[in-house]
Amino acid sequence: MSEVELIPMLSQEEVAEIEAEISHLPDRESAAIDALMIVQKHRGWVSDESLSAIANLLGMSSAELDGVATFYNLIYRQPVGRHVISMCDSVSCYVMGADGLAKDLETKLGIRFGETTADDRFTLLPIVCLGACDKAPTMQIDEDLIENVSVEKLDEIFEKYT
Amino acid sequence: MSLLETKPLTGRVEEVGGPVFLEDYEAGGGYVAAKKAVTQMTPSEVIDEVKDSNLRGRGGAGFPTGTKWGFVPPGPSPDGGVKYLVCNGDEMEPGTFKDRWLISNNPHSLIEGMVIGAYAIGATKAYVFLRGEYFEPKSKLAKAIDEAKAAGYLGEGVFGSDFDLDFRIHSSGGRYICGEETALLNALEGKRAQPRNKPPFPPASGAWGRPTIVNNVETYCNVPSIIQNGADWFRDLGLTEDAGTKIYGVSGRVNNPGLWELPIGTTIREIIDEYAGGMQDGFRLRGLLPGGASTDFLVEEHFDLAMDYGTIQAAGSRMGTGTMILMDDSICPVDMSRNLQHFFAQESCGFCTPCREGLPWVESLLLDIEEGRGQPGDLEILDQNAQYIGAPGNTFCLHATGAIEPLQSALKYFRDDFERHIVEGRCPYRTNGNA
Amino acid sequence: MATFTVDGKQYEVEAGTNLLQAILSQSLDLPYFCWHPAMGSVGACRQCAVIQYQDAEDERGRLTMACMTDVQDGMIVSVEAAHAKDFRASVIEWLMENHPHDCPVCEEGGECHLQDMTVMTGHSVRRYRDKKRTWENQDLGPFIGHEMNRCITCYRCVRFYQDYAGGKDLGAFGSRSRMFFGRVEDGVLESEFAGNLVEVCPTGVFTDKPFSQHYTRKWDLQSAASVCPGCSVGCNTFASERYGVLKRLHNRYHNDLNKYFICDRGRFGSHFVNSQQRVRHAAVKANDGVFEYGDVNAALDRAVEILKHEDVVGIGSPRASMEANYALRQLVGEENFCRGLSDSERIVTDQACSILMKGGFKVPTVTEVEAADVVVVIGEDISNTAPRIALAIRQATRNVSFEMAESANIPLWQDAGVRGHAQHQRNALYVATSNSTRLDDIAEATVNALSDGITQIASQIAGQISGESHENTFVTSVAEALLAAERPLLVTGTSLRDPNVLNATAAIAWALRAKEKEPAMLIAGSEVNTFNTVVTCEGLTLNSALTRIADGASAVILENDLYRRAQSDSVDRALEGDGEVVALDVVESETLVKANVVLPAASYAEQTGTFVNYETRAQRFYQVFQPQDDIQPAWRWLSKIASRLGRTDASWTTVDEVSRSALAALPGIDASLEELAPTKDFRIEGEHRVARQTHRYSGRTAMNADVSVHEPKAPVDDETPYSYSMEGQNPGDQSGSVIPYSWTPGWNSNQSIFKFQAEVSGDLLGQSGGKRLFAVPSEPDAEVDKEFDFSVTQPTRPAADGLVPFPIHDVFGSDELSAQSWPVAQRAKGPYVLIHPDDAAVLSASAGSGVRSDALVGSFEVVIDDCVQSGSVGIAVGLNGRVEIPDRTIALVVDPDFEPRQLGDARVIAKS
Ligand SMILES: Cc1cc2nc3c(=O)[nH]c(=O)nc-3n(C[C@H](O)[C@H](O)[C@H](O)COP(=O)(O)O)c2cc1C
Ligand code: SF4
Ligand code: FES
Repeated sequence: MSEVELIPMLSQEEVAEIEAEISHLPDRESAAIDALMIVQKHRGWVSDESLSAIANLLGMSSAELDGVATFYNLIYRQPVGRHVISMCDSVSCYVMGADGLAKDLETKLGIRFGETTADDRFTLLPIVCLGACDKAPTMQIDEDLIENVSVEKLDEIFEKYT
Repeated sequence: MSLLETKPLTGRVEEVGGPVFLEDYEAGGGYVAAKKAVTQMTPSEVIDEVKDSNLRGRGGAGFPTGTKWGFVPPGPSPDGGVKYLVCNGDEMEPGTFKDRWLISNNPHSLIEGMVIGAYAIGATKAYVFLRGEYFEPKSKLAKAIDEAKAAGYLGEGVFGSDFDLDFRIHSSGGRYICGEETALLNALEGKRAQPRNKPPFPPASGAWGRPTIVNNVETYCNVPSIIQNGADWFRDLGLTEDAGTKIYGVSGRVNNPGLWELPIGTTIREIIDEYAGGMQDGFRLRGLLPGGASTDFLVEEHFDLAMDYGTIQAAGSRMGTGTMILMDDSICPVDMSRNLQHFFAQESCGFCTPCREGLPWVESLLLDIEEGRGQPGDLEILDQNAQYIGAPGNTFCLHATGAIEPLQSALKYFRDDFERHIVEGRCPYRTNGNA
Repeated sequence: MATFTVDGKQYEVEAGTNLLQAILSQSLDLPYFCWHPAMGSVGACRQCAVIQYQDAEDERGRLTMACMTDVQDGMIVSVEAAHAKDFRASVIEWLMENHPHDCPVCEEGGECHLQDMTVMTGHSVRRYRDKKRTWENQDLGPFIGHEMNRCITCYRCVRFYQDYAGGKDLGAFGSRSRMFFGRVEDGVLESEFAGNLVEVCPTGVFTDKPFSQHYTRKWDLQSAASVCPGCSVGCNTFASERYGVLKRLHNRYHNDLNKYFICDRGRFGSHFVNSQQRVRHAAVKANDGVFEYGDVNAALDRAVEILKHEDVVGIGSPRASMEANYALRQLVGEENFCRGLSDSERIVTDQACSILMKGGFKVPTVTEVEAADVVVVIGEDISNTAPRIALAIRQATRNVSFEMAESANIPLWQDAGVRGHAQHQRNALYVATSNSTRLDDIAEATVNALSDGITQIASQIAGQISGESHENTFVTSVAEALLAAERPLLVTGTSLRDPNVLNATAAIAWALRAKEKEPAMLIAGSEVNTFNTVVTCEGLTLNSALTRIADGASAVILENDLYRRAQSDSVDRALEGDGEVVALDVVESETLVKANVVLPAASYAEQTGTFVNYETRAQRFYQVFQPQDDIQPAWRWLSKIASRLGRTDASWTTVDEVSRSALAALPGIDASLEELAPTKDFRIEGEHRVARQTHRYSGRTAMNADVSVHEPKAPVDDETPYSYSMEGQNPGDQSGSVIPYSWTPGWNSNQSIFKFQAEVSGDLLGQSGGKRLFAVPSEPDAEVDKEFDFSVTQPTRPAADGLVPFPIHDVFGSDELSAQSWPVAQRAKGPYVLIHPDDAAVLSASAGSGVRSDALVGSFEVVIDDCVQSGSVGIAVGLNGRVEIPDRTIALVVDPDFEPRQLGDARVIAKS
């Protein structure tokens, strides 16, 4: 039975990228994570509307797809700021003082972990070990890995992200 | 011996002085092994060579690689279906940073190792399952894949043979459990990354229900040199019973944290003192996790042990990923345990009860103890949880088992610290309540 | 076979049996949560831990999850070992960290599997100090309550809803210790099997919402074994009452039929028993046309007077019991008895019966449906007309996954492994229907046509099997699949009212048989007792009965709203003519108000009787509670009338007597009542009645204290093996088919059913399980095909403008009785039509807008369905109180005043 199409269409570009992933997979649902990541790349996050549009495209139900989406750390089901700061809270960084740094970061940005600054510039999230433990403490801003972070360096680090 | 013969994984990077791409890689003898395997050896000869080399998986569990490959039904599948070869490049184990380095600096060695592996098991599709956060490694690997494709080392008719290999990267949606090989397969299929029961084991029924091999990045990177130089050479590289070199790493308050490719079996003390430059001034080493966050603490009495699978296991821990995390004397073992358990509780997939419900309880007890709210009896609750959560088989997968390893050893080696917290109602490591 | 030892005692089971299942099959207690007998093991909860020893010397053993192990010969395990017990107590302690301590106010309390397991493991002291996690609940519609805080993350709900029942809108979200089970957003759970969540969930997350509204503890319910009146499958149920209200239905295990699951029409449709529209008092219509209520004697006198007329017609009913139909037939005589089917339904049902009787095909049980390896559904939207069959077909398509698992050495109970290995491989299911169906998602191929098109396709399939060659790929692939099948199954039904569809389907079966295949043939009937009214006799057609009444004959109309059986004008003519009418029914209807005498008939829950299902299995349902006011079983009203008429041949005093007479009157069938089910004389251990009330039934003495402080004497039950009290035996192991509810010490929830099974998922102990009235011949009679004609007559359809109407059936609302149940009324759509997008465009009607037609009663919501043939219109029957579909094309026009029915708009559907 055809449902009323209430969902906004995905952009052609998004659809093309998703279809490209599907083309080398045994079935459409297998592209679920890729599709979510593709849409997030274009829109910053995955809204309920995007989710159902993707589900439609993949021939899955929204419930099945949201089950996948809510499992993964890197898929945002809530809007985020222009830049996402992911601060490592795992053990090597911890040993190198990451807990103190995390507090400094919160003070500096005036937000807590999980929040977005009022100007929408930064969302601050914890992340697990970034695999650069010899350069602890570490963080990642968008796609950039930043090593040997210290309070003193924060201003300089943030400059690039407007 | 040339650098390439003593340091098959990193030698070429050292020679080139940076990331190695196709031209440099081939100049150092790259793809000779893959070509040899594909054009001159039978799949079973390749598997036998890898078996003979005694290569053990570098992803943490140390399972013999050749043996694993041998579990895949040989030859084309009777139903004509595909087989898969998968590289586990998820590397989310805290304190582990070797695979990022290998992919970024020596991507062709991974590709070459996987070409050989795929040929050996008859896989026509290969995936590198890569951490979603690994943007830089991804772009380097993608570049290398393009180069290899252009050179005819991937795709249709590898090295002009009739062996085809479709080679792709899957970027993870991000969860530690994706590193567990069966959870990884679910993630690859676009599903929630809950682990699967074994049996069926992946070599019998893995990705999309097809025979599948999953190996770690470093494991594959070892394969080309084994084919090129032979199993005997590889076995001789190791200082102890184990074969080959190992990428060891050190993080924590040392003068020179980093990674080094050393013969397997190098002692802990040598790695820390000679390579990592010893402890920073004012810090004393109290204990270490030898191979990532999910291994048991080792303490002073163990520091002269050889870092190989058997020795570290005999000492009550695991070599794991071979990247050590050092706990110096400024660190509160209770708080460090809390940090570790926070990680494991967070990263539990939520499937089985002991892990899903037990780890948050453990974390909350550790927080209570750390913050001075510990009560008599709490350590017994921790012991009991550790025992019941941690025994292999009690949980569905080994995530929880790994989680408990650092906890149970901390409770053993640093019990005084735990008790003092409870008796004094505060953390003795904190001055004015601050770390 | 394998011998294995549990705590020093040896047992024998089939080697490879799941260990948990094997232990439970010995009736031993071992706690579990995530395992389910119908869904296998996933190993999530870790509750079923036992110690497994390597050999007799091994003293330590190894902790292992029983549900993830299979029994090997010589295996030694311990359930009682201290380490296993401690671990199991730990698992409960973990699960209880976040579980609210709300048992006293929780609906699940007293029948909660979590509560049972907690007590069983001995966990009692809370050591966890942190805050509990909390959730916001969702509104899941009129059937299912949601209380997520109680969740213990066993994954059973999603495994049932998605994996087993194919539902799409309930999922598992999140991870770690924050797992949420529900919908993406608030809204009605779409699956017609959602109600099973109530029983599948081991705690109180998913609850029976209608039951919660006037909640009663399980131990305060008075219950009996019953049979669902919802459709022709006849699923077995536990029906439970308190304060004269039928409170709820639960699944009652039947190994050949419903096993562990029933559909929501059955579960929630039962509330018609408590409907506002119940007829409660006898009434006589005075000369001024106004009913005078409450004088039973006057009503009987008047009925007798009416029946003294020289011409008397009796109209029976496919929803009334065998006993009521038989009593009426006996009263009026076979030549004056009409079975109460509409004429089109009668033709198609007769055809179904002759195929079943003469064709000699194997008629599959539901369990046999599950075993089929190729299924072809022809002309029946089975998810709407016999939902339990659709659920079984869904399981049938998984058989290949078990074969694949077997060859990959994956144990068949290892659910995730079996599914993961098979991926999308399914057994072939083909569906040929007039509209989209809820099986289409798992079908290999579907084809949509009107009934003559479907007939043609089916005939071509038969031809293809016999060696003709057709171009249609649907035809060729179905033929090929059937020829390759080992257990082919053809499923059809009477809902399109076209005997040709059945004939053509039978022709396929016949063609297969000629190729040495033994196909199973399932024909879904229209109502719970359709096949019974057929075996009883030929009788009058409805239209001839109506004509006689219009011409002045007196009539007795039994539990039948004739407006749902014939065109309104002919019913009007009959009921508004000179003939006088005595009508008996359970709920009010348009027919009833036109009768001269109304006699309130007992619902199935208020009487004992027999229904005959699609397999012609006669099954006994027992009185749950005594009817109130003037209500009496229809057969008893008819007996009283008969005895006042001096007709001893048509009057009986106990139901068993009527049943015996009815069975004896079955032509060529030899069935004793004892073979159907225990009779009124059955006693446990030769002496005890079965107690309808539990040992803990409370407040009996206070229940009616507002009326009288004297405790009334418990009613005496002369008709069944039950007692109306807690006296007597509680369910015992000899009384499988009469256990009134599932309970055994320590197992208060329905999970206790295994204690009444010979083995897990085996027959109920002592079950008779009903008896099939047509024996399926073991050898097909070669003579039969000669005398039996499967030929198809091409219909002549008048070429005319307009749309060709065809009936569609909705699981919620099309069925007369369940539509009177308030939860179903809330869940049901309003009257609607299915049309093709092109026709919608021509009409300028969009989905959700309204249309009407001169040929139909009322307005209809437009639902667009790509699968409907353009030029035709599917009309949802029953939702406007009408069932018969015009036999000519109809014109639709947009109704600008139409307002679609909103969910929760509980207006009673049958009232227009
Ligand atoms: C919780 C968990 C996380 C794991 N994470 C990783 C990982 O990130 N990378 C990896 O190579 N192996 C990881 N493993 C080990 C894999 O399951 C698997 O053993 C390994 O990929 C096999 O490769 P190998 O034989 O080459 O070591 C993990 C195991 C567990 C239980
Ligand atoms: S131990 Fe259980 S909950 Fe934990 S990660 Fe493994 S399967 Fe998931
Ligand atoms: S019943 Fe065995 S793990 Fe849940």
